[in-house]
Amino acid sequence: MSNVLPPFVIFILGALVIPFLRQRVRSAFVVALPVVGFINLLLIPADTLMTVNFLDYQLTLVRIDRLSLAFGYIFHIATFVTAIYILHVRKSFEYVAGFIYAGAALGAVFAGDLFTFFVFWETLNVGSVMLIWARCSKRSTAAGFRYFMIHIVGGLSLLAGIVLMVGETGSLAFGHIGLTGLSSWLIFFGFGVNCAWPFLHTWLTDAYPEATIGGTVFLSAFTTKTAVYALARAYPGTELLIWIGVVMAAFPIFFAVIENDLRRVLAYSLVNQVGFMVVGIGIGTELAINGAVAHAFNDILFKGLLFMSMGAVMFRTGKINATDLGGLYKSMPWTAGFCIVGAASISAFPLFSGFVSKSMVMSAAGDGQMVAVWLVLLFASAGVFHHAGIKIPFFAFFGHDAGHRVEEAPKHMLIAMGITAFLCVFNGTFYKPLYSILPYPVLYEPYTLAHVVTQTELLFYSALAFTLLLLSGIYPAEMRAINLDFDWFYRKPLNGLINGVAVFFNGLNRLADRLLVKEFTAAVNRFAANAMAIVVWTLIGPFVRDRSHTLQGQFPLKTRVELALASGTAPVGLFAACAGLLIVVLFVYIVF
Amino acid sequence: MEKEKKHLFDKPENVKRLLIIFFSLVGLLFVLDFFVDTHGHFPFETWPVFYAIFGFVACVILVLVSRYVLRPLVKRREDYYE
Repeated sequence: MSNVLPPFVIFILGALVIPFLRQRVRSAFVVALPVVGFINLLLIPADTLMTVNFLDYQLTLVRIDRLSLAFGYIFHIATFVTAIYILHVRKSFEYVAGFIYAGAALGAVFAGDLFTFFVFWETLNVGSVMLIWARCSKRSTAAGFRYFMIHIVGGLSLLAGIVLMVGETGSLAFGHIGLTGLSSWLIFFGFGVNCAWPFLHTWLTDAYPEATIGGTVFLSAFTTKTAVYALARAYPGTELLIWIGVVMAAFPIFFAVIENDLRRVLAYSLVNQVGFMVVGIGIGTELAINGAVAHAFNDILFKGLLFMSMGAVMFRTGKINATDLGGLYKSMPWTAGFCIVGAASISAFPLFSGFVSKSMVMSAAGDGQMVAVWLVLLFASAGVFHHAGIKIPFFAFFGHDAGHRVEEAPKHMLIAMGITAFLCVFNGTFYKPLYSILPYPVLYEPYTLAHVVTQTELLFYSALAFTLLLLSGIYPAEMRAINLDFDWFYRKPLNGLINGVAVFFNGLNRLADRLLVKEFTAAVNRFAANAMAIVVWTLIGPFVRDRSHTLQGQFPLKTRVELALASGTAPVGLFAACAGLLIVVLFVYIVF
Repeated sequence: MEKEKKHLFDKPENVKRLLIIFFSLVGLLFVLDFFVDTHGHFPFETWPVFYAIFGFVACVILVLVSRYVLRPLVKRREDYYE
């Protein structure tokens, strides 16, 4: 016990060391860090709890069980390949943010109590927003702020739920919660924000395509998958999740078909894939939970691979819109090949990773005789092939030749993509190791003749539809345009409301400033400064014989009185007279 | 030198070849479906070429709805938010 560390410690402490290293040392360090972390994780015995006392509570900093372990493994792998992928980055900032982000994700999945979980959940937001801001463009800054605001809302909901729950039960334990009362709904909603539920999903499709090239690869791995983990931990078998997941799986594919920014297409397909996992958690059987976890594991790999290939395209050409790309297989054949492996994996072709995990969720829906759910998922399976499986590789690497003659992606990117592509094929072909780390024993067999044939049929006829629609010219041409999504509501009307409120209150503020601060105060000031002179002149004025009389080289008497009182140099008698007058006034006031 | 180099799909006959291979596979799968027991969880899964028809129809609907319903509703100029 004493020779192992909590998994997050290695990443977060490591992140703090990164800025002090020279570039070459740093490159070795960031690649070695996930390896060290992984070995450390393997050395921790299963069912370990690491606890620490904090105030009146005992916090469980680390809980190792089968559910958290599966996520722990893949988070290390994802960090490892992403660290290799971003080795071209010169500034330390992105490495630090990436490792804090990944460390927070590890902390969250291994957290055994709600307080620890909440702390890491919020750290996750900070780390991720840094990866968006690291792009340093006007758009990324704005998108980062919107991203942060939405996650703050989700985080506050989670915090409110946790506080209520601890108040009700007196326990901080993070286990099965289920939808019971207000507190559980607040926590549920907090998880939902990070899980990119419909209407709440726009932080993802808005911000992920605005992050740095490597940042998006990091982002695609952790936030949503941590939320999937949290839902699997706390809300398995919640029927509402089935319907939420079904909507998530279905609607983004329509947006993905007409989207021009290829990284945004992938962001929509990320929501679509998380939909499958959410359905699995909602069904809640052992097969379904296994399917959700296995699919999360595979999705991190193939979605990371797709984001990496698009990042490499962006790195070399500086373009990411489908309208600006095409024909890149000529100059970037390896990247094109890796992209196709990712595309085949997300589309669940036999021998590729999606095939062995997506079908578990589908099968669980079938076992429960949920016809509607099953049909929508089948539709989503065909749809994801259409936009992520065909559209991404076709518009970037084939199709119309945009004339880019660039170099192949840098070596370190090719290595990172190669490792990930290998894992995608490995998981799809030799699926037993993956199945052996799932939370429950697996009885499911993906490679039946019926499954292979039907799935291949589904995909080939989807491809046939694409081919025929493309040849006939019906397929929607890519356009230089953006598509509105639910973020319109807070980017336009809400923004309009804020501007309206700003005009009103700023106007009120200016008016108050003018009347109260400038004019009224000035008047009081003027009066206070001259009051004594006015009183004195009122009293002595009638007794001055000749008001215009002036001695040689002196001001008129009135001016002299004002000056004398303003500078405090009036004859003592005058002050005494005034003081006496004040006493008389006070005496009269008090007596009567 | 780069300009003279012909790539795989620069030659129309290669594209044609690819399409022929693809269409033959599509045809092969159609035939294969009748020889494989495709029973699953629901009775309709055993209907002849159910998956083929579903995949094709699903994608046509997806494209038509995206193009003719969704795009007119949500498409805006690139600088819409700026």
